[in-house]
Amino acid sequence: MTTEAGAVPAVDLQDVRKSFGRLEVLRGIDLRVAAGEKICIIGASGSGKSTLLRCVNLLERPTSGRVLVEGVEVTAPDCDIDRVRARVGMVFQQFNLFPHLTVERNVTIAQETVLGRPHDLAVDTAMAMLRRVGLEEKRHEYPARLSGGQQQRVAIARALAMDPSVMLFDEATSALDPELVGEVLRVMRELADEGMTMLVVTHEMGFARRVADRVAFIDEGVVLEESPPAELFESPREERTRRFLQRVLERDES
Amino acid sequence: MTSGAGMRPAHEPPPSRRRLPVSTSTLGQWALYGGTLAVVMFLAVAVDWARLQDKMFRTDLVLDQFPRIVTQAAKNTLIFTAFGFAGGLALGVVLALMRLSTFRPYRWFAAVYIDVIRGLPALLVLIFIAFGLPIALDIRIPGTYGRGSVALAIVSSAYIAEVVRAGIEAVPKGQTEAARSLGMSHGQAMRRIVIPQAFRIIIPPMTNELVLLLKDTALISVIGVTEATKELTRFGRDGVNANANATPLVVAGLVYLALTLPMTRLAGYLERRARASR
Ligand SMILES: Nc1ncnc2c1ncn2[C@@H]1O[C@H](COP(=O)(O)OP(=O)(O)OP(=O)(O)O)[C@@H](O)[C@H]1O
Ligand SMILES: [Mg+2]
Repeated sequence: MTTEAGAVPAVDLQDVRKSFGRLEVLRGIDLRVAAGEKICIIGASGSGKSTLLRCVNLLERPTSGRVLVEGVEVTAPDCDIDRVRARVGMVFQQFNLFPHLTVERNVTIAQETVLGRPHDLAVDTAMAMLRRVGLEEKRHEYPARLSGGQQQRVAIARALAMDPSVMLFDEATSALDPELVGEVLRVMRELADEGMTMLVVTHEMGFARRVADRVAFIDEGVVLEESPPAELFESPREERTRRFLQRVLERDES
Repeated sequence: MTSGAGMRPAHEPPPSRRRLPVSTSTLGQWALYGGTLAVVMFLAVAVDWARLQDKMFRTDLVLDQFPRIVTQAAKNTLIFTAFGFAGGLALGVVLALMRLSTFRPYRWFAAVYIDVIRGLPALLVLIFIAFGLPIALDIRIPGTYGRGSVALAIVSSAYIAEVVRAGIEAVPKGQTEAARSLGMSHGQAMRRIVIPQAFRIIIPPMTNELVLLLKDTALISVIGVTEATKELTRFGRDGVNANANATPLVVAGLVYLALTLPMTRLAGYLERRARASR
C-alpha cells in the first residue's frame, strides 16, 4: 500500500530538521503517511526516532522544514496546535498515565476539557475504549495498582477516546517486562487491523514485519531506507541497514 | 516545551526540614544518662522551687488567663495565621508560576521578590508595612488585622513560592507531555494535571510553613495593637507587665504548643505516608 496520488496524507514531513544546541538530530526527514497506513520506524538508539515522532505533534518544534497533519501545516506560526494534537494520539514508552486520577478519569478528562464532550458521553466512550483494550473492570482503580502492560493499554485507550486520525507509538513496549509485551502488541495489532493510521517507533522487529505497510530505517538523522517489511528485512539496499538488522537479530537471539 | 525528557531528576521531594538520624554509641548514651541525672539532681537541690512556682506557675494567675487567652489571644493568633497563610498561598502560587514561566520578565520579577523577601528579617518587613509605608508612600493599610496579615502574607509567600515551585518541578515532565499530547492547553495541563500532583507532594512541607507562620504572628506584638487585636505573645507579655510575674507568658507558651505540636506531628505523618506511597 503506497500513497495514493491526490489524497491528503495523514502525516507529511517535508525536509524536517531539528537541532538541540549544536547537535543536529534530524537532518532533513521526508516521510509521508497515507490515511490507514502503518509505518514502523526503526534505527539505533539516539538516531532521532523519538525526536521525529515528537515533531509530528510538536512536542518538539522542528528547527526548519514543514510538518502537515491531514493537510494542516502544524509548523505554521498561526496553527492552533492544541486542536491538531487532539486528533493525534500519542503513546509513550513510560505510559505517563495521570497517577492522581482513576483509570476512567484518565480516559475521560481530555474528552471533557479538550473536546467539550458531556460527562456521560465521555464516560460511555471511555468504557467502550477500555473494553477494547480489555480493561473495563479496572476503571475505578488508580494507575499505580495496574501492571505495566495494563497501564500501557489504558494509555492507548486514553488516546483512542479522542477519536484520533493517527496514532503515534514511541517504543510502547520497551519499558515492559518481557511477559507483558504480548498483551500490548496484541492491542496494537488489533488497532492496525481496524484500519488506524499508525506511526510506530519500535524495536520489535516481529511486529514491524507483520503489521507495517512500510518500514523506515532512520540513520544519522535521515530516512536512509524505506520499503515494505519483506523487502527491507530480507534484502536491504543499504549496507548500514544490513548491519543494523544484523546487530538487532543477534541481540534478539542471545 | 523547551527541554527534553529525562533532563530532570523525577520525583525529587521538595526541600523540607528533616531530622537527621542520630546514631549514638552505647558509651555516649551512658554518658548522656549520667549527665542528665547529674543536672536533675543539681537542679533539685540548687533551685528555689517555691519561688520558681510563685513566679512562673502561680495557679491563680494561670486561671486568670482564661478564658480570654483562648477566646481573644489564641483566636487572634489563628486569625493572623489564616489570613497570612491564605494571602501567602495565593501569592506564592502566582510567584511559583511566574518563576516557571517562559516569559522572562515574570521569571526575573519572581526571582528578585523571592530572594529579597527571604533575605530580610520578617520583623523588618512587618515594621516597614506598619510604619514605613505610611511615611514613604502614604499607603495606610487599615487596622492591625490588615497590616499584620498583609505583612505575613508578603513574607510567607516567598517561602511558599519556593515550596510550590519545587513541587511543580517534582512532577515528571512526561505528565505535561501526555496532557499536551491530548490537546490540553498549557493552562489546562497545569490546572488539571500538574498542580494537583504538585500539591500532594508539597502538603508536608506546606504544613511546616504553616507552623512557621503561626509562630511568626508573634512579631505582630511589636506594631501598635489594640486591646481587641492582641495575639498570644502580646497577651502574655502584657500579663507579665501587669502582674510582675512570668506565669502569663508560660501559659501563652503552652497554648502555642497546643497549636503547633499537633501540626508538626501531622506534617511528619504526612511526610512519612508520602514517602511510603512512592
Ligand atoms: N531535549 C533534548 N535536549 C538535548 N538533546 C536531546 C533532547 N532530546 C533528544 N536529544 C538528543 O537527540 C538525540 C536523539 O534522541 P532521540 O530520543 O530522538 O533518539 P531515539 O532514536 O529515540 O533513541 P532511543 O532508541 O534511545 O529512544 C540523542 O542524542 C539525544 O541525546
Ligand atoms: Mg526514543
